[in-house]
Amino acid sequence: MKGFILSFRSEFYKTRKTAAFWSAIILPLAICILLFFGFFSHSDNLAKQSGAALWFQFSGAILGVMGSLLLPMLIVFIAYSVNNIEHKAETWKTLFTLPISKFSVYSAKYLYALFLVIMCLALFLLFTLGFGNLLAVVKPTLKFNEYHMESFLAQIYFKLLLSSLGILSIQFLLSLLFRDFLKPMGIGFAATIMGVILAGTGWQYAYLYPYSHAMLTVKSMHAAKGGSDQAMPQLAVDLFTKDIGVSLVLAIGVFVLGYFIVLRKSVK
Amino acid sequence: MVIDTQGLSFNFGSQPVVRALSLQVPEGSIYGFLGPNGAGKTTTIKLLLNLLKTDQGSIHIFGKELKSNRIAILSEIGSLIEQPAIYSHLTGKENLLNRALLLQVAETRVDEILELVQLKNAANKKAGKYSLGMKQRLGIGLALLSDPKLLILDEPTNGLDPNGIIEIRELLIRLVSQHNKTVFVSSHLLSEIERMATHVGIIDHGELLFQGSIADLQAISQPQVHIEVENTVDAANFLIKQGFAVNEINDDHITVPYASKTQMAEINALLNRNNYPVFSIHKTQKDLEKLFLDITQKA
Repeated sequence: MKGFILSFRSEFYKTRKTAAFWSAIILPLAICILLFFGFFSHSDNLAKQSGAALWFQFSGAILGVMGSLLLPMLIVFIAYSVNNIEHKAETWKTLFTLPISKFSVYSAKYLYALFLVIMCLALFLLFTLGFGNLLAVVKPTLKFNEYHMESFLAQIYFKLLLSSLGILSIQFLLSLLFRDFLKPMGIGFAATIMGVILAGTGWQYAYLYPYSHAMLTVKSMHAAKGGSDQAMPQLAVDLFTKDIGVSLVLAIGVFVLGYFIVLRKSVK
Repeated sequence: MVIDTQGLSFNFGSQPVVRALSLQVPEGSIYGFLGPNGAGKTTTIKLLLNLLKTDQGSIHIFGKELKSNRIAILSEIGSLIEQPAIYSHLTGKENLLNRALLLQVAETRVDEILELVQLKNAANKKAGKYSLGMKQRLGIGLALLSDPKLLILDEPTNGLDPNGIIEIRELLIRLVSQHNKTVFVSSHLLSEIERMATHVGIIDHGELLFQGSIADLQAISQPQVHIEVENTVDAANFLIKQGFAVNEINDDHITVPYASKTQMAEINALLNRNNYPVFSIHKTQKDLEKLFLDITQKA
């Protein structure tokens, strides 16, 4: 356990000045600020809308890109970055000659990547709520204060997190095995595009394909939201759907597989 | 023995890289692991650090079997393998602090190491901007950080200037003589090993061709009689006619295998008597450079 904590702290120490770390903070901040100014400058048109409709538009704009492309690509990038730092510096050999078990080194790295994903999603949630409420203050004509969807958003972001675990394990393993940029990024990008198409066309087995899970989660939200904007939509998130089950099983399976590969792999 | 391997073998695919290697590294020694490039030195070092899986044979370090005592053994070893592993986006000091965190070493030790490897002035410079020699010194600093009992260094003086080489050599000698450490250092340069090692292992094509103390190595080198004489070619021909073997004919001297003092006197008298004035005659050891070449070329 001590080895794990030391390794985890070292991961933070190493990456705190890198793009991987800061992108997880700046990305949600930048997107939310952009949206904030978008709503701010179009406040005259938006003033007619109900609070619920405003919140759905505001949060939905983020969740839409998030599910289709942003979240999977962010995971591809984070998984690549935390491994690439060792490939680039040729430091795998030093990591595996530390008096720390290989499992601690491996799991600390994986959980650090997971930590970055959690941090990024949590910031998206926080900034969405924060900037929405800020709009209500600076533009009282926008009725953001008339409606609350904190718990719904928290649940949907939590479901997005669960839906991303499968890809995280796969991308983490790919980035660990391949030192070049193109393989994990290329595979991740192609697989994500395919996932979007599969989930978008409503293929019935899309739930088995991990790169579709984020999209499926966002789609399930639309279904939950229901039809008209005026009527109070049914806000419920079914957390544990089939796709989430597949995502969790894959995440754990590939994580364990990766550990056995690390055990057997020669460190060049 | 600090390092003791028996019948150690390793293959990359079907190609054997290390063959039945039996290394014996005594405590308190500087063990020079010599061999030409590609002889299997780095592979052997990676086997000693459990980075590669041993195909055959056993490795004991500090008297303990490596695989089953991996963490206990690694906690007593500092290593530098091939080019130093350094995070180039961190400063030299941050590289050391990161390792200190992992090894649970006090931060004050980082300053000591910076002083020791003379990087104090460059401590806050990005390691990516370091020169090759500075990177090498930082790599050695990282290996020394935990004050390990055994240092395993792979070509540590690569890329260092003559001053840097002397500093590292003196540092290693000091560590062994004053701090009771053991150093296992690989090199392809005999001259470097000759100046600091107490023990030597010579490897080529994955096989250990010689192992012993520096004195043992010198002892197997055959003594020669070095004769400075006018007209070396004629003198050599004359000696051959008289039944002597001549090893070498140069512009100003010839060498003959040494047999005894009386043989030397006899040669001297013969040459002088037959109008080949001898300017000097003395016994020499074959130099180690040649011996090294002989040993590695025989294989």
